[in-house]
Amino acid sequence: MADQALNGAIAVTRFGLGARPGEIELASADPVGWLRAQIRREGADQPVTAPLPATPPPGPPKPAPSTAVAAGAAMAAGPVPPDAMARMQAQMAAQGSSAAPGMTTAPAAPLAPTPPRTDFGSGRPLPTMQAAWRTFQQYREEIKGAKADPDLRRLASLPINELAAEEALARARLASTTDAGFRERWALFWCNHFTVAAKNQDTMIAVGPFEREAIRPYVFKSFAELLLRSSMHPGMLLYLDQTQSIGPGSVAGQRRKGSGLNENLGREIMELHSVGADAGYTQADVTEFARALTGWSIANNPNEPQAPPGAFLYRDNFHEPGPRTVMGKAYRDDGGKQAAAVILDLAQKPQTARRLARKIAAHFVADDPPPALVARLEQTWLRTGGDLAKVADALITAPEAFDPTPRKLKTPYDFIISSYRAAGFTPVNPAREVVGPLNTLGQRPFGAPQPNGWSDVAADWAAPDAIVKRLTWAQGFANASAPQGAPPDEARAVLGKRLTPKTLLAVSRAESRPEAFALLLLSPEFQRR
Amino acid sequence: MIAHRPSGPLVSRRTVLNSALAAGVGATFLGAAGAAAAAEFAGRKLVVIIQRGACDGLSLAPPIGDPDYVGLRGDIAIASDKALAIDGHFGLHPRLVKVHELMLAGQARIVPAAAIPQRIRSHFEAQDLLETGGAQLYASTTGWLNRTLQAAQPGHAITALSIGAQEPLILRGPVQAQSWSPGGRLNGQTNRVANALMDLYAGDALLGPALATGLQTEAQADVINGGKPLNGADVQAFANTAAKFLIAPGGPSIAVLSLDGFDTHANQGADNGQLANRLSLVDNVIAGLQTGLGEHWKDTVVVMATEFGRTARVNGTHGTDHGTASCMVLAGGALKPGGIVGDWPTLQPARLFENRDLAPTLDVRAVFKGVLIDHLGIDRGRLETAVFPNSREAQPVAGLV
Repeated sequence: MADQALNGAIAVTRFGLGARPGEIELASADPVGWLRAQIRREGADQPVTAPLPATPPPGPPKPAPSTAVAAGAAMAAGPVPPDAMARMQAQMAAQGSSAAPGMTTAPAAPLAPTPPRTDFGSGRPLPTMQAAWRTFQQYREEIKGAKADPDLRRLASLPINELAAEEALARARLASTTDAGFRERWALFWCNHFTVAAKNQDTMIAVGPFEREAIRPYVFKSFAELLLRSSMHPGMLLYLDQTQSIGPGSVAGQRRKGSGLNENLGREIMELHSVGADAGYTQADVTEFARALTGWSIANNPNEPQAPPGAFLYRDNFHEPGPRTVMGKAYRDDGGKQAAAVILDLAQKPQTARRLARKIAAHFVADDPPPALVARLEQTWLRTGGDLAKVADALITAPEAFDPTPRKLKTPYDFIISSYRAAGFTPVNPAREVVGPLNTLGQRPFGAPQPNGWSDVAADWAAPDAIVKRLTWAQGFANASAPQGAPPDEARAVLGKRLTPKTLLAVSRAESRPEAFALLLLSPEFQRR
Repeated sequence: MIAHRPSGPLVSRRTVLNSALAAGVGATFLGAAGAAAAAEFAGRKLVVIIQRGACDGLSLAPPIGDPDYVGLRGDIAIASDKALAIDGHFGLHPRLVKVHELMLAGQARIVPAAAIPQRIRSHFEAQDLLETGGAQLYASTTGWLNRTLQAAQPGHAITALSIGAQEPLILRGPVQAQSWSPGGRLNGQTNRVANALMDLYAGDALLGPALATGLQTEAQADVINGGKPLNGADVQAFANTAAKFLIAPGGPSIAVLSLDGFDTHANQGADNGQLANRLSLVDNVIAGLQTGLGEHWKDTVVVMATEFGRTARVNGTHGTDHGTASCMVLAGGALKPGGIVGDWPTLQPARLFENRDLAPTLDVRAVFKGVLIDHLGIDRGRLETAVFPNSREAQPVAGLV
């Protein structure tokens, strides 16, 4: 009989976002059931700016959710019918009818020195991609008016920076307070796998909408659907320079001199999002795929009747005519659907299954994951055609997943979030409590430096300087927010049976509550999982 | 930061030493000659700058005399009257003012067509190869600078420092390197917690040595900055402080820093714009290093490299896609003056690699090897066996230093 209390602590810390008070006790009744109840077809939770319900004070655990029922419901939905293509066709057909709610299109206001906003978390809805795009367009108009005046330019970019700060805060608040830590970790894994980062002002406004619209709803559906959704979202099209890629033989390509192909999105879908660089494809495959992708773009002009600004738009006059061959398979030219057909095939390749099985195992269990675990995930992936709910279930039921040795080091994001959870703290100030510390620790929110996203490998985050930064941040946070209970009790609540006697002793001997709490957050068993 | 990390254990120190012994360069080899060599190389400094995202060498050092340049490049070509002239054939990007000044003083050179040994166009695989120093992908899981630390002669042990919150692969391996970025600051309270932590981390092979080294470095930073906090956004001040680490008594011989944002697929710009802003950063870093190193600049070599170059032709979105050869930059007072390093393959259509990229004429490892031998005195045998195995075709470039 496995040690339920130890497995409960592992479930909450290794697969979740770290324990809030009472959480380990709750999970220990049925660790796998606690995790399984978080898997649901309708996807991950959505960050909101509205103040969250007051968090319950530390105390006796709430009754366990009916894990069996919830898990049953999630599983009974069965494999997602692979009709992502049909959905996309419907979306293409429906373009023009989806006006974004909750956003006015006021004309560009004259620039005046407005103080930075302080009402974060005020209940304002986070914008859709189309609403965010209007903010960006307004900014672009103002920038034109501001010309070279640096002060005016800074003012014009304020709403965009505020939007990004609000997105980062909303995401951190969700992670700090959710009862479904595994569900959020699973969503964050996919957000990072399909990285869209703020490299310009337009991508800065697009990251939040991208994650909410293209990733979170699909993380427990089929991988094919997730891959297609992420590839088609305007955020991804902007980030990987697809929107202006024009087939040299297309109507626009023939007319506009100096226009042409951009192969960035095609390459990264193959290399990073699906089959991987060692899958046996060539530069010719990348170029062919890039030709198939021409036409996938973003609507940008209110006079274009097909789609509102900020929406996905297939521009037939950008599309390179003709059949394409990618990885040995021919694709007839049916306009915007040609690239979708390639993407759906990439999703189903065995190389994709193998690569993602390893990546998931390495993310949650060990940098160098047990081959048996990788094989288990790969088999589930192949058997179910990439059903992500089934793959998630295979992960949390694998015996290798509960190996008591903690092999993973938390990334800065997970370290900060789990510290907040340990203290029962909900961040309210985006600069001081989210963006600032993450910048210092080297993981700027929405700022992955390259399209392969953030590393989750221990050695990347354990440079001497990085460990000192964790130390100084933890002490600062503990000074402000250390819980008021007895430190040994806090340590037991946060780490459960994973707490070692050595750390317990160090925490007990600390000369103040803040020092005890800082030691707890920095202890090897809190840093690792 | 780096994806596709190959699995498998790090090469053990023992393995490396064994291979050095197999090559006949064991400790007994070192007599008086070794000690003399060590003295000669004491005080030498090496700074390696990695430009991540594939820097466009054809904009960094535009070949303004090449008749095909402007035609291929269209609106992103650097006009010959804007470029900072080096000779009739090459210029420097107009933002590289400091590099140009050094070049005129004989303290900077360009390697206009260098590439890693394998023809790959994935950023992440190519960066891995650039940093592991292997002949091919996944041949090694440690960085070539870490192996350089292991290969240094016993009488002349050298250490290294990485600048930034993430540890780059190039320095990863069995020898613990320092790392530093602004914003640490310890006080009495954090020192108490740190002492208790040292005990808790005693059994942790990763966290234990990292914390110990980090605490030392932070104490040193406090001395260097006179207790003043440093703003990480000021690149020049940042590079300046990094340089002061190098020249502190007993300071490291090698520093590594990474600059990102060079992946200019769209709207790359010409003398102004996206790439120009990144090159300003490069120029500021080099200026900050020079100021910070002071009189030690004369003992310094800076080597800057990127994972690959970009397409010779401008693409459809006023940018460039993943290519092959790019331009390395060498700088420092220890350099010997000279012209360009390596040959220029020209941009003639028939000479382009796969009809799209600048063709490589020099292996990046040949430059690294030349610098390690002549500047840091790394033994040739160890260089070939342990630091850059299977690199015989990349003969060290002689006479750089």
